[in-house]
Amino acid sequence: MKTDVLVIGAGGAGLVAALSAHEAGAKVTVITKDYPTRSQTTMAQGGINAAFGNVGEDSVEAHIQNTLKSAHGLANEEAVRLLCESAPEAVTWLDSIGVCFSRTKDAKIAQRTLGGASAPRACYAQDYTGLKILHTLYDRCLECAVSDSEEVPSGHGIEILNERYLLNIITNFSDYDKSYACGATVLNIRTGEVETYESGSVIIATGGYSRVFHKHSTNAVGSTGDGIAAAIRAGARLSDMEFIQFHPTALKNSSILISESARGAGGYLLNSKGERFTNELAPRDEVARAIHEEIEKGEEVFLDIRHLGEAFIDEELPQERKLAKLYENVDPVYELIPVKPVAHYTMGGIEVDKNSRTKVKGLYAAGECANHKVHGANRLGGNSLLELVVFGKQAGENAAAYAKIFDKVITSEQQTVSANNFIRGVKYFTNQIDFYQKREFMGNIFYNNVGISRDDMGLKAVLGAVRQMQKELPFMGPKDKSKVYNTNLVEFIEFGNMVELSEIILVCAISRNESRGAHFRSDIPKQNDTAYKAHTITWKEDSVLCADFME
Amino acid sequence: MRVKIKRYTTEPEVKEAVLEYEVDVRDATLLELLNEIKTKQDSSLSYASGCRSGVCGSCSVRVNGKEVLACGYKVQEGDLVEPLKNVPLIRDLVVEMDKALAFNQKAKAWQNSIHGTATVTQEDEKRNEVQSDCILCGSCYSACPVYAVNEEFLGPFTLTRVWRYVTDIREEGSASKIDTVQTNGIWDCTLCNECTIVCPQGISSKADVEKLRSKSAMLGYSDPSFGSFGGGFGFDGSPSF
Repeated sequence: MKTDVLVIGAGGAGLVAALSAHEAGAKVTVITKDYPTRSQTTMAQGGINAAFGNVGEDSVEAHIQNTLKSAHGLANEEAVRLLCESAPEAVTWLDSIGVCFSRTKDAKIAQRTLGGASAPRACYAQDYTGLKILHTLYDRCLECAVSDSEEVPSGHGIEILNERYLLNIITNFSDYDKSYACGATVLNIRTGEVETYESGSVIIATGGYSRVFHKHSTNAVGSTGDGIAAAIRAGARLSDMEFIQFHPTALKNSSILISESARGAGGYLLNSKGERFTNELAPRDEVARAIHEEIEKGEEVFLDIRHLGEAFIDEELPQERKLAKLYENVDPVYELIPVKPVAHYTMGGIEVDKNSRTKVKGLYAAGECANHKVHGANRLGGNSLLELVVFGKQAGENAAAYAKIFDKVITSEQQTVSANNFIRGVKYFTNQIDFYQKREFMGNIFYNNVGISRDDMGLKAVLGAVRQMQKELPFMGPKDKSKVYNTNLVEFIEFGNMVELSEIILVCAISRNESRGAHFRSDIPKQNDTAYKAHTITWKEDSVLCADFME
Repeated sequence: MRVKIKRYTTEPEVKEAVLEYEVDVRDATLLELLNEIKTKQDSSLSYASGCRSGVCGSCSVRVNGKEVLACGYKVQEGDLVEPLKNVPLIRDLVVEMDKALAFNQKAKAWQNSIHGTATVTQEDEKRNEVQSDCILCGSCYSACPVYAVNEEFLGPFTLTRVWRYVTDIREEGSASKIDTVQTNGIWDCTLCNECTIVCPQGISSKADVEKLRSKSAMLGYSDPSFGSFGGGFGFDGSPSF
């Protein structure tokens, strides 16, 4: 099967990329391991930043400065400028295609304040911002769909294929031994068969890797970093993988997110004594650390939104109320919500240039899986939904332009054979070790040692455990050997990808002997600009992991 | 706690069975219980899940005959868990949603006019706020009895989505949207309200269908099943009246 642009992942970034590649005239195929509307994007609640100043005075410059400050010296100012300057246009576009943003009394898009922002800047749709954006994008993609549509000439639409799981990016080599991406091998989850998709260019939009922390993460179960792992295997470079954002307020027992807008609206954080202990509206890294310190002292931490009143909570934070009742048996209108910080967003990812290109020709990346160097060491709330529109569009346009002039031969036989061998082989793994236990164990040791507070000894101990797990993988494997909809198999391959990324996260975290943003080293609590104001770049040479700091 | 789960496989041959599981959980959601079975007892159990918080729409199943999100339902002793109805079954609790979702495309459930010039007031936004909360979990589709007689029925979530765009102030072509729901659409609905009862987001597709009907009537459309009373042709092709 051959297409112009192959988009892997159908969350916000993937769908925006697909739409803009389509607009540029490309034939687009989107594959997703779920369905588009089940993606992580749907969970984003807080909002999408754009300095409209609809509610209070604001400026693009202030947005830029807030983003740079939160990034702790690791953002690329040029990229941040592009992001913030494009923001009003991006949100206006979303509004024009039908996203149901909440409104102000004077019929403007409503905005609220999130942590680290100097003004109410996040445009929102109650606490369903991500849901409404994602569904509207999905509806637009259907209009551009290939089948059954009279308006779109056949062969130029967007084709979305559900329940296809990425195995590897297909690369070929040109004369000077330079590799180029030209497709992907995929497991069709429904049939259990390996499928091969050939394309002029490939966009990875597969999301982040917060599920490395397993149950200590707000993310959906699919945030396993598959695309990032496939990218480094295909020859791309990753950057800043040690930077993982902890959301300060997840429900204590289930790690379910309670949106930052609860604090933005005036919610307090309290310890067991009922005392406030931090500025609730500081950037996420600071608030998460403050909560962590309280918990270390033996305190319990609660979010208090009782004073906001039932009417306000039901209008602005309906999900929060529902989820707190369901998972913690507390009604936030009358009771305190028990919270803890958990892994929420991964700043690191596939290194891309200012055109969303990776190191591999024809391979692009956008969204949480990519590192456009706009979040640096700590992302600002409201900037990730923004990023997926701005850079999703950019990746789509550039991948379409490249595919248009792509004239190389694609050879995919050998990679199809090895994908088939892999799927067959994995089922013969011996199963003496239960990978579900290992997955949970890895989540726990990551949360305790690679979480909000890290130190050299703890990081090295976890690295030892991860390297051991790599050796043990052949003794794990799926118990279920069947072909049709084998989630046991898919979860095992996801676990394999997470083990691969874990080593990279740890190597980066151990190399960075300083504290910066989300990377806090209790043994070295100071930021060291002389040595470490640089990106942690990782890549593989003959399957061996290499790392270096680069500007 | 004991629960019964309906299993279905096609390998090596088609087999169906209700299996009982004894699971050590208390005050747990159904999804937590399924995860417990999957990771500790039976890794072959297949089900879909995602966000755990009721917004991704992956984990809809039926419990004792009623559609629920597994992540939003507290599991009870003796519950019987089954897959959704009206959709092709793939394995155990996993169904294929492609055809159901394709009805959104058939009904052209998107905004036609993209100008970005309309002013949207708070009141305008409230008009389709609830409809745009839909998570496409398919619960309504499974509960709908019309599929027993008409497999091509556009269905509750699609019709709600059409209403969501018809009512959007930014949509200038709402009349053409109404046109797409006349066949296998609003007039095929029996207004039984089953969709409303099972919706985890508090949406009433039945009410949206009624609103689409009155809008259709205003635009001159009428219920085709009443058409023969006012003239036209009988079943044998001969003119009546």
